[in-house]
Amino acid sequence: MFTSMVRKGIVAGASAVVGFSMIWAGSAKAETINGTGGTFPAPIYQKWFQQYGQESGVQFNYQALGSGAGIKAITNHTVDFGASDAPLTDPQMHAAPGIMHIPTVAGAVVISYRIPGINAGIHLTGDVIADIYLGKITKWNDPRITSLSPGTHFPALAITPFHRADGSGTTNIFTTYLSQLSGDWKNQVGHGTAVRWLRGLGGKGNAGVAELLKQSDGGIGYIELAYAVQNAIPYAAIRNSHGKYIFPSVESTVIAAEGSTMPPDFRKVITNTASPAGYPITGFTFILVYKNAKPEVKKFLDWALTKGQSEVSTLYYAPLPPNIKKRALAAVSEIR
Amino acid sequence: MPFQPKSSRAQPAHTALAETELNRYVVYSGKGFGVRYGDRIYSVVILLASLSILAIIVWISAQLFAASQESIHRFGFKFITGSVWDESRDIFGILPFIFGTLYSSFVALIIAVPISVGAAVFLSELAPPFIRTPLTFLVELLAAIPSVVYGLWGIFVMLPWIMSHFVAHIENSRIPHLRIIGALFAGASAGPSMLAASLILAIMVIPYITAVSRDILKAIPRAQREGSLALGSTQWETISKVVVPYAKSGIIGGVILGLGRALGETMAVALLIGNSSPATQSGISWSLFDPGYTMTSALANGFGQAQAGLVTSAYIEIGLVLFLVTIFVNAVARLLVRVTARSIQG
Repeated sequence: MFTSMVRKGIVAGASAVVGFSMIWAGSAKAETINGTGGTFPAPIYQKWFQQYGQESGVQFNYQALGSGAGIKAITNHTVDFGASDAPLTDPQMHAAPGIMHIPTVAGAVVISYRIPGINAGIHLTGDVIADIYLGKITKWNDPRITSLSPGTHFPALAITPFHRADGSGTTNIFTTYLSQLSGDWKNQVGHGTAVRWLRGLGGKGNAGVAELLKQSDGGIGYIELAYAVQNAIPYAAIRNSHGKYIFPSVESTVIAAEGSTMPPDFRKVITNTASPAGYPITGFTFILVYKNAKPEVKKFLDWALTKGQSEVSTLYYAPLPPNIKKRALAAVSEIR
Repeated sequence: MPFQPKSSRAQPAHTALAETELNRYVVYSGKGFGVRYGDRIYSVVILLASLSILAIIVWISAQLFAASQESIHRFGFKFITGSVWDESRDIFGILPFIFGTLYSSFVALIIAVPISVGAAVFLSELAPPFIRTPLTFLVELLAAIPSVVYGLWGIFVMLPWIMSHFVAHIENSRIPHLRIIGALFAGASAGPSMLAASLILAIMVIPYITAVSRDILKAIPRAQREGSLALGSTQWETISKVVVPYAKSGIIGGVILGLGRALGETMAVALLIGNSSPATQSGISWSLFDPGYTMTSALANGFGQAQAGLVTSAYIEIGLVLFLVTIFVNAVARLLVRVTARSIQG
């Protein structure tokens, strides 16, 4: 008598499980792609995910925790793709065998500042920026700054340099540039996603540094172009390798990207461009995937490198130059 | 045939059968058993519950210790005494972080304790009921606000306010030139600083200390107050010489609770402390205007991106040190409670 009831119960339970799993399977039909990585490309990625999601029904979950977090997550296989503006170092490559760098867009790192009464477009050079961050130049009216921008009257205001407190590909682009321009910087600080800062204050993410810059008179900081434009923070024109002061813009970033040469595995930061009209503090940002990535990731990357490229300049990124785009598409086709 | 009490209860037709079977199976819920074994089982359960706390502490510290072996072997005591944290060169010293954690917490307590004790005395001794009830509710509400909200409020509202209404005035006054106090306000503040972090911590721990202190003061027997008043004390004398001393050890307990929260606070501090060691040789600065770094904010900023190996090991060692510092500070505070409690009795 009881056994028959137990049997009925089991049947009922089993059918309930089947029912639930059917419901679950129904909701899982909308595939979710998980990614973690830099805040530098986050604005364009969010737009891509939304547009591509509408076209394909694929859902994206992207956490902009910083490039360092993106590298860590894809190394540990906890996400479907990582995103980083810093190419992996050799030990990092060793820890993640088979990983591929797919460049998606190029962006500019701008030197933003807040000086009362002074608008955008002061002139700065790499070694002056390095010496500000090394603590050798501490006032805005230092002759080394004022001599670069004749006609601009700088106040005797203390300079507060801001940097990223979290591991950041933006930091890697910025410190790589300073290491190329300043021997002192190379020896005392070096480059990487997280370095030892000698001066200043740390904020979290591109948005955190932008917020600090908006509040602090005398502040200087490095952020991605889109964040500076969106927050209406003035930024400087930087002297490039031809001695010309170049204002960061989509155009000058495109020129810098087109003038760059990339190794076969794309692991290069393209700062200090040789193009006469190129902005010197630029870099490609990468999506990191393994060759056995989900087919949806491959489809998305194909879309991002072709259709997605048309809209990137509205968010102040530079589309990939044709030759690099061709090579990036070839790399994507290697996925499974 | 297996017995199924649940299904039998669901079927009223089988109740009679089920009850006879039930008596056979649930015999140990009878009275005799309770008298014989109830207390013993209860004490064993309680013992296990308290031992589980000990076990968790031992387990956590063993895990932290095991996972930070690489860093401990590589740096030894230099990890605690070193002032340089440089991930690109594999040099890890956390003296500035330890200092920042302790300094910001103690400054916060110095600000918060007088305010909290004053508020608690007001709420328990002086406030008329129509003020007491809403104020008590508000204090408890403050304790429930998530710390990231405090942090965002701090960066958007408090920081600009203290920069224009407090820091600017001090920088232009004679205070920075005074002898000892001047060292606390030396240099120029750029916004996020030890001062901002300590202030937000003070605001965060005030509700904790106030709520605990108020409950302690409420628990003081009425006869204590009446006796004091009957001897001719004024209300102030009663509060300062009878009520507060009587509640002293309890109030210190509340302060310890607040200290615990201040030491462990992460998000609000990470938003307001500046996240960098002061530009001194030792990485330590007593000036409240200088930026700082705490162990918790270093973990919040760096652990998420630390690659496997020495860096991760070093971050876990920060966790271990924080764990030990917290235990040490709490032990000292407990000792303080015991000493003060004795002085009241004696």
